[in-house]
Amino acid sequence: MIGWFVRRLLQSVFVIVAMTVIVFVGVNVIGDPVAILIAPDADQAERLQVVQSLGLDRPLWEQYGRFLYGALQGDFGKSFVFGQPALQIILERMPATLELAFCAVFLAVVIGIPLGLYAGLRPRSILAKTVMAGSIFGFSLPSFWVGLLLIMVFGVQLGWLPSSGRGMTREFLGIHWSFLTLDGLTHLILPACNLALFKVSLVMRLVRAGVREVLPQEYVKFARAKGLTERRVIFVHVLKNIMIPVVTVIGLEFGSTIAFSVVTESIFAWPGMGKLIIDSINLLDRPMIVAYLILIVFLFVTINLVVDLLYTVLDPRVQHNGEG
Amino acid sequence: MSVLLDVRGLKTTFPVGAGQIKAVNDVSFTLGRGEVLGLVGESGSGKSVTGFSIMGLLEPPGRITGGQILFDGTDLTKLGQEEMRRLRGRRIAMIFQDPMMTLNPVLRIDTQMIEAVTAHRPVSKAEARALARDALGQVGIPSPEERLNAYPHQFSGGMRQRVAIAIALLNKPDLIVADEPTTALDVTIQAQILAEVQKLTAEQGTALIWITHDLSVVSRLADRIAVMYAGRIVEYGDVAEVIGKPHHHYTAGLIGSVPSRNRRGSRLAQIPGMTPSLLTLPDGCAFRTRCARADGDCAVMPELTGQGAHWHRCVHPNTQVLA
Amino acid sequence: MNLSAPTADQPAAPVQRLAPVETPTQRVIREFSRSWLAMFGLVVLSLVVLAALAASLIAPQNPYDLMQLDILDSRLPPGSSAASGMTYWLGTDEQGRDMLSGILYGLRISLGVGVASAVTAALVGASLGLIAAYAGGRTETAIMRLVDLQLSFPSILVALMILAFLGKGVTNVVLALIIVEWAAYARTARGTALVERRKEYIEAAECLAIPRWRILFRHLLPNCLPPLIVIVTVQIARAIALEATLSFLGLGVPVTEPSLGMLIANGYQYMLSGKFWMSFYPGVALLITIVAINLVGDHLRDVLNPRSHS
Repeated sequence: MIGWFVRRLLQSVFVIVAMTVIVFVGVNVIGDPVAILIAPDADQAERLQVVQSLGLDRPLWEQYGRFLYGALQGDFGKSFVFGQPALQIILERMPATLELAFCAVFLAVVIGIPLGLYAGLRPRSILAKTVMAGSIFGFSLPSFWVGLLLIMVFGVQLGWLPSSGRGMTREFLGIHWSFLTLDGLTHLILPACNLALFKVSLVMRLVRAGVREVLPQEYVKFARAKGLTERRVIFVHVLKNIMIPVVTVIGLEFGSTIAFSVVTESIFAWPGMGKLIIDSINLLDRPMIVAYLILIVFLFVTINLVVDLLYTVLDPRVQHNGEG
Repeated sequence: MSVLLDVRGLKTTFPVGAGQIKAVNDVSFTLGRGEVLGLVGESGSGKSVTGFSIMGLLEPPGRITGGQILFDGTDLTKLGQEEMRRLRGRRIAMIFQDPMMTLNPVLRIDTQMIEAVTAHRPVSKAEARALARDALGQVGIPSPEERLNAYPHQFSGGMRQRVAIAIALLNKPDLIVADEPTTALDVTIQAQILAEVQKLTAEQGTALIWITHDLSVVSRLADRIAVMYAGRIVEYGDVAEVIGKPHHHYTAGLIGSVPSRNRRGSRLAQIPGMTPSLLTLPDGCAFRTRCARADGDCAVMPELTGQGAHWHRCVHPNTQVLA
Repeated sequence: MNLSAPTADQPAAPVQRLAPVETPTQRVIREFSRSWLAMFGLVVLSLVVLAALAASLIAPQNPYDLMQLDILDSRLPPGSSAASGMTYWLGTDEQGRDMLSGILYGLRISLGVGVASAVTAALVGASLGLIAAYAGGRTETAIMRLVDLQLSFPSILVALMILAFLGKGVTNVVLALIIVEWAAYARTARGTALVERRKEYIEAAECLAIPRWRILFRHLLPNCLPPLIVIVTVQIARAIALEATLSFLGLGVPVTEPSLGMLIANGYQYMLSGKFWMSFYPGVALLITIVAINLVGDHLRDVLNPRSHS
């Protein structure tokens, strides 16, 4: 088990290092940093000076070494636009994104699991069929367009909910949160629903498929033969078996929710790091792009590692005896 | 010996498209306390469905469409779901065919045993756990206290079946329905489990319905045998009578197909053809398309006839005594 | 022993008459046409594709020709009439462009980008997957590690990363979509190839000393195709949605030749003032296209799945 964990950890470190190489090469070799930094009418001397000051005349591996050294200390350079350390700006925006992503996953769980259970237990009911048909739309609808519809209906036509920004925030543990104020909460509803739509469909289908698969199993019949109540059969014997894949997927989806918040944040003007990266790409703010990409890779690898661990803890059948 | 279970004219059907599959058709038998009944037949003969009908565990859309199941005087077909649940696992327990599939893979053994007790009796978890430990010891599982904390995948198939038997015995039921519990096991393990079940049911005075396709198992274990074919009982009687003097040609064929020591070298007999589909049964005796003695008389369904403790459903009963 | 033991001359149970032999393709068509929902999806999809192909013939206006646009007609609601007498059935955008024409042309770009990327990704991914399955060893490990790495990051992130490196533009979007999609094909191709390779018919073919290339292409490839076909349909839908998303974020195709996503993005700013049609109708077109593809793909998966028919 410990051997497995160490191997898994090393693998994660390797992925992060590989991604830093890809990002570094992508930004510095495929893109031309000098062209972005220097005014088009600059002369050769000015050009050379910038190149030297940035160390771009050095061999590539040395540049990478410096980049990695900086990155390890959290130094990705200063944002061209904000003039502040890139990582600092991103970290300031991160709580907003995490709050949104967390709310979306929460919604997906509290809506998706009960609906999936119901659809799995009563597959012939009208509600189950409606919900299943609806989930096709959940998968098919591009999330940005759903966001627009939500704004149009609830923001513009009905005027019930605000559709832009975070609203009032309150400080807790030194960080500003929207969900602690009523105003912030109303601002949270539309973007969270928008981001959750795809996850709800996913969790629901996953739970339904799990129920359909587990219900005919002999151990469910045996549980009934023991005279257990239907509640215990469903919520202990069936659910415990389904929860292993569901928890795994939800864990992994948390990462993709953070990534997809890029879209939702742009639509609802949510001041998170997703909106920031889009702006940075549009403005060619290179340090910001690099810092964001490295940070999100780190986040993803960590999430994957945690989910893997969780899976091991949840499923008694998984045993890692040193081998990968 | 007082009657514990009295099944009368049981009919269980599964709707298929526009039609109905009569999986169990007019099945009747009685079982006294502590008695062992062997329910024998090929797959699809309706023997397992009979067992599940008694347990009230039919897979929808299957349902009982006729007859009575009198258990200790109560008609089980008339009981509501909650009343039936209270009976299951408490007074009627069941053991399944494949021990690899019957225990929940993600729950520990103690969880699965304790819940079987607490579902029926107002005892504390600690007491239930003690009962579970004793039950494991009873079925011959070494160091039961430690094994309680294990997960099913940490047991072998034979051990798992012992656990399943221990669970069935936990509440000291009056009746155990065992659905081919040794079929999936190695022959040596099979014999151990058989002996174990025989001993325990005798000790506790538990009646047993042993569903199997294996006549040799039943001949060692059962007091009485019911042979099923295409949803009906075709022969019923004391074990010595049925095995020694089978009246129905199907039973005779089954006995003939069992390899035995004193017939070495001779060709093993077999029943020609295969079990007919329940959707396309011939009129009259369902076995007549495979029966060497079949003639025009067989086109009418024969009644269950006989005397005393030996009944058969055949117009041309076999009279030969088997070696 | 005089039981009902059989003898050789005893007739066996009557053999059931076999149904006329049906080719796999016939079976797929028959089973597919049984679902009216899938057939509906197929009909809608065909109409959408036809409309996109014939855009220049059926569109009332060439939306890319600035000479045809009248700035005075900008932001007109659906059903308005132009000075020239034509009716803007779905309204106009901020440049006075007929939305219906814009949608038809935009559909062409969206479908083109989706199909081009999905097909290229299929070729690249499936080849790499088959190579991995056949080469084994280090080649296989290298390819599959790359697949795992790729699949552990969500599509939008990978696309963003690539566009951040390469900059915006149609070619870069297509390239990004290919890089996002190839891994799914590679994994499926390798998975099926590994399973199929162990089956008896391949062994039988090898025993008959049929040339290796013939086994590969005549025996193995056709049996690996069904899951790949399903993925192609699903991936086309995903690619269209992703392209629309990227264009909406301003990272995709240029403003001069807008795809559906770009049309939606352009109309977005007018949404808050109640001029919904500029974003709404391109969105509906996008939705119809994607749902139709998914309906077809969903049912195709059921029909082609070897486990679902016995």
